[in-house]
Amino acid sequence: MSKLTVEHLACVRGDRLLFKNISFTLDAGELLYVLGDNGAGKSSLLRILCGILIPEQGRVHWGGQDVSKDNEQYRLDSLFISHLNGLKDDLSVSENLRFATYLAGEDNQEVNVNRALDAVKLQAYAHERVGSLSQGQRRRASLARLWISRARLWLLDEPFAALDTASIAILAERLRQHLQAGGMAILTTHQQVDIQAAVVHQLKIA
Amino acid sequence: MAAILIEIVRRDLLLAVRRSADVATVLIFFVVVASLFPLAGNPDPVVLRNLAPGVLWVSALLACLLSLPRIFAGDYADGSLEQMAIAPQPLSLLVLGKIFAHWLVSALPLVLLAPLLGLQYGLQGEPLLVLVAALLLGTPTLSLIGAIGAALTLGGRGGGALLPVLVLPLYIPVLIFGAGAVVASQAGLEVRAYFLLLGACFLLSLVVAPWATAVALRIALE
Repeated sequence: MSKLTVEHLACVRGDRLLFKNISFTLDAGELLYVLGDNGAGKSSLLRILCGILIPEQGRVHWGGQDVSKDNEQYRLDSLFISHLNGLKDDLSVSENLRFATYLAGEDNQEVNVNRALDAVKLQAYAHERVGSLSQGQRRRASLARLWISRARLWLLDEPFAALDTASIAILAERLRQHLQAGGMAILTTHQQVDIQAAVVHQLKIA
Repeated sequence: MAAILIEIVRRDLLLAVRRSADVATVLIFFVVVASLFPLAGNPDPVVLRNLAPGVLWVSALLACLLSLPRIFAGDYADGSLEQMAIAPQPLSLLVLGKIFAHWLVSALPLVLLAPLLGLQYGLQGEPLLVLVAALLLGTPTLSLIGAIGAALTLGGRGGGALLPVLVLPLYIPVLIFGAGAVVASQAGLEVRAYFLLLGACFLLSLVVAPWATAVALRIALE
């Protein structure tokens, strides 16, 4: 089983050093909370981990392979949902979801899309344009991918932001299932949400 | 691989249909610019006929330029682009799909409208056909080269003004060969060489542009 190994990561944005010397490993079933103040570099860390941002120093390995090179296996194994939802306002919720899953190389059959929308309680909005949804509904539409994805590593940037308590509970339950099935998750969050996992790490970026 | 290409073209076409005003704007711009020249200069039919190849090509070029920022700006702003960048498929392939969709939406309508404007300028017969054929072969190159510029100016301040400065000089060969073909045809000369050169421009940009655009997009996303 592949695991995520992070060694001596440093990140510079503009002229500012956001963080340095961040190292950790994440194994099957493990959850990592990334904590820190606004602007501490939580999102930048996630963007490095998913391979969008090249770190100033350090390495990220998945199953012994560097993730910054054209690592197709890592792309298939990982899923990143940023604070941007990645949804098109002019497409419907189900059209958005179908394309997003298609892009990620996942099964985008109608049944799966419907099941995912059901899980996040957006079934009634399946054919509404995303532009007409509220912030929380958009977030849920974006997070619906978690019910389709086969990715083992989830990188979620502020997944609980804009969600109501019921939705937070639904998401926490989905995370629990994912971790129990041997998945891994890294979340940045300001809210302390109780998620059952075998091993919970915390990483504080100062 | 072909499947994702079809899927992304379909998505962009669907988006264009839902935002048809943007497409119409480009077309109207093309017609307006092309119609300004007879108003500003000598409306003598002979003069107009001589002016036609250059005016129509420059108008098409400017209209194409107007539509360029839209290729990536929307996807960049809403996070779709970063999802494409971390997709298992090569980014250059996705970019190629987006460029093709841009051509279908923004350039093909110009090609289809060109004969009408050509008639306005008194072009008939072979020169008119040559104009359309040259635009058909030349505009894909405009989309391909334009995508590099659009990617390079993405997210930067003043990108709107920088884009034309960056892209227009690169459009010069297409302009020369494209308008040249029509001029040659008007003079009753052989046009084959012009089309071969336009084809060469197309093939060269087809090889280089998707890759260069993908590199520029990755830099913009950092």
